[in-house]
Amino acid sequence: MSLRLDRKASITGIGQSQIGRRIHRDPLELTLDACLAAIEDAGLSREDIDGIATYPGNMAVPAGFSGAGVTEVHDALRLHLNWFCGGPEAPGQLGSVINACAAVATGLAKHVLCFRTVHEASAQGKGGRSPIMPGGGGGGGKPPKAPGMMQWNLPFRAYSAANWIALFAQRHFHEYGTTREQMAQIALNARKNAAQNPNAIYRDPMTLDDYLSARMISTPFCLFDCDVPADGSTAIIVSASDAARDLRKAPLYVESVGSALRGRPSWDQFDDLTTMAVRDAGKMLWEGTDLKPDDVDVAELYDGFSFIAMAWLEALGFCAVGESGPFIEGGERIARDGSLPLNTQGGQLSAGRLHGYGMLHEACTQLWGEGDARQVPGSPEVAVAAAGGGPLGGCLLLCRA
Amino acid sequence: MTDQPFRLLPRVTEANEHFWRGGADGELRFLRCQACQTFIHPPQPVCPQCLGRQLAPEAVSGRALVATFTWNHQAWIPGEATPYSIAIVEIEEQPDVRLTTNIVNCDEATLRIGLRVRVVFEERDGVYFPLFEPAETRE
Repeated sequence: MSLRLDRKASITGIGQSQIGRRIHRDPLELTLDACLAAIEDAGLSREDIDGIATYPGNMAVPAGFSGAGVTEVHDALRLHLNWFCGGPEAPGQLGSVINACAAVATGLAKHVLCFRTVHEASAQGKGGRSPIMPGGGGGGGKPPKAPGMMQWNLPFRAYSAANWIALFAQRHFHEYGTTREQMAQIALNARKNAAQNPNAIYRDPMTLDDYLSARMISTPFCLFDCDVPADGSTAIIVSASDAARDLRKAPLYVESVGSALRGRPSWDQFDDLTTMAVRDAGKMLWEGTDLKPDDVDVAELYDGFSFIAMAWLEALGFCAVGESGPFIEGGERIARDGSLPLNTQGGQLSAGRLHGYGMLHEACTQLWGEGDARQVPGSPEVAVAAAGGGPLGGCLLLCRA
Repeated sequence: MTDQPFRLLPRVTEANEHFWRGGADGELRFLRCQACQTFIHPPQPVCPQCLGRQLAPEAVSGRALVATFTWNHQAWIPGEATPYSIAIVEIEEQPDVRLTTNIVNCDEATLRIGLRVRVVFEERDGVYFPLFEPAETRE
C-alpha cells in the first residue's frame, strides 16, 4: 500500500488572530480574523474556499476548548462548500489538516480552510488551568457522572491531561534515566524563542533555577512543563497543488503526513507507556517519503506538556527511543542556531496553547522566511509540524518548492 | 480510610456493573472470554482476541504491579487535599489489562514503579472504586 501524497496537497496561506490571555473577545470573531487573514495571505478570496476542516468541531465543554465549529464559519462567511469535516475523533489536532490534504489530493475540494480556535484563558477565568471535567467543573447541583472512556480515569482523581501525560513521563524517567534538568530544556528553549516573538504570551527570561524551583503540578511536571491557556485562532489554507501554483506565495508541499495509530486508542491501555500514540504517527511520516530526519531544518513539536515534545523527537527519529533526554541536554542542539531548531515561536509553553495549529503556523512561517527576529538561519527548506499526545498524534512534513 | 476525597461517579450500566460493583463482594472483576480466556478491559461485547461472544465477568486475585505513577500536587477541585498519588497498575493475571487508580496507604518513599500492590475498595453510593495499597513490607 502506498502512503504517498505525491505532493498533491500544498499549504498556500496562514493567518492568526490576536493571541493573549483573557482577551474576552467573541471566539467566532477571533476565528474569522484568522480565517480572513489566511485567505488573504494565500491571495485567495472567500469565493475560492470550497472546503473547511477543523478540530475539534463545535464542543461546549470543556469551557473554551472549542471557539467555533464548521457550521458557524461556513455560515458567517457564506461559503459554498464541496467538502467539510470537523470533529474530535482524528489523529490529533492536526488530523483536521491531514483530512484536508486527503480531500484536495483526491479532488473533493480545491482550497480548504482549516482552523483551530481556543478561548480557554477567558473561559477558565481566574481559576487558572481547568481540569477536564464534564460540565466545565463549575455550577451548582449534583456533580456530573464521568462519561464514556473518562470513567476510567476521572473517578481516580486524574482530572487533567497533566496527570495523564505525567504518567508517561514518569515511566520514561524510570526506564531511561531521563531527568528534570534535561526536560527543562524544552521549557527554557521555548522561553528563549518567545522573547523574539512579539505575539508570545510569556517573554521574560527563565533560568534553570526558576524552572527547578517552580511549584509542582503532577510529578515530574512543574508549572513550567504545562502550556499556558490562551485565547486565539489559527487558520491554514490547504490547496490542491495544481491550483496552488499561481497564488501569492510559493506553495509549501505537504511531502508526507503521519496519521497512524496502530496501538490501542487509550490513555492507559496503549502498549508502550513511554512513547504514546505519537510513536505510530512519527513512523508513518517517514514511510511516505524518501526524505530522512537529517533533512529537517526546523521542527515544531507539540509541547502541551514539555515531555510530549521529547516523545515527538523520538517518534520522528531525531534521536533513538529513550534518548531525548541526552539529545536536548544543555539546549544547544535545539536552539534557534542549533542543528535542529525547535519550537521557534516559543512553543505552547511560552507562546500560548493554540493547540497544535500554532506549531504548523510556525513551520510555515519559517519556511516562508517570515520569522523576523526569530527566523532560523540558513533559509530552511524542510520543516516538520506535529501535534498531540496520549492517544492523539498527527504530523506533517513540509517542503519549499 | 477516614478521609474520603470527592470522586466523580461513573455511569453504572449493565455493561460495566461487574466492575463497579464487584467490590461489594470484595472482588475485582473483569469480563473474560470463555473461549480464549482473555481478560477484556474496558468491557466490550466481543472478545478483541478471538472475536468470541461468550464473555462473563470473573474475579482476579486483586494483585497488581505499579507500571507508573505521579504525585498530583494541584488542587483541581478547590479545597482538595494534595498531594495524592495516581498510578497505572498492571493486573497480575494479564499485565496488558491496566487500571488508572490511586495507591493508598503509601507514602512518597514507598511508591515506585514495580511496587507490588493489592486491591482495596472505596465505596460511594454503591460504587466500589478499586484502589490499591502496597502488598509488600519495606525492607
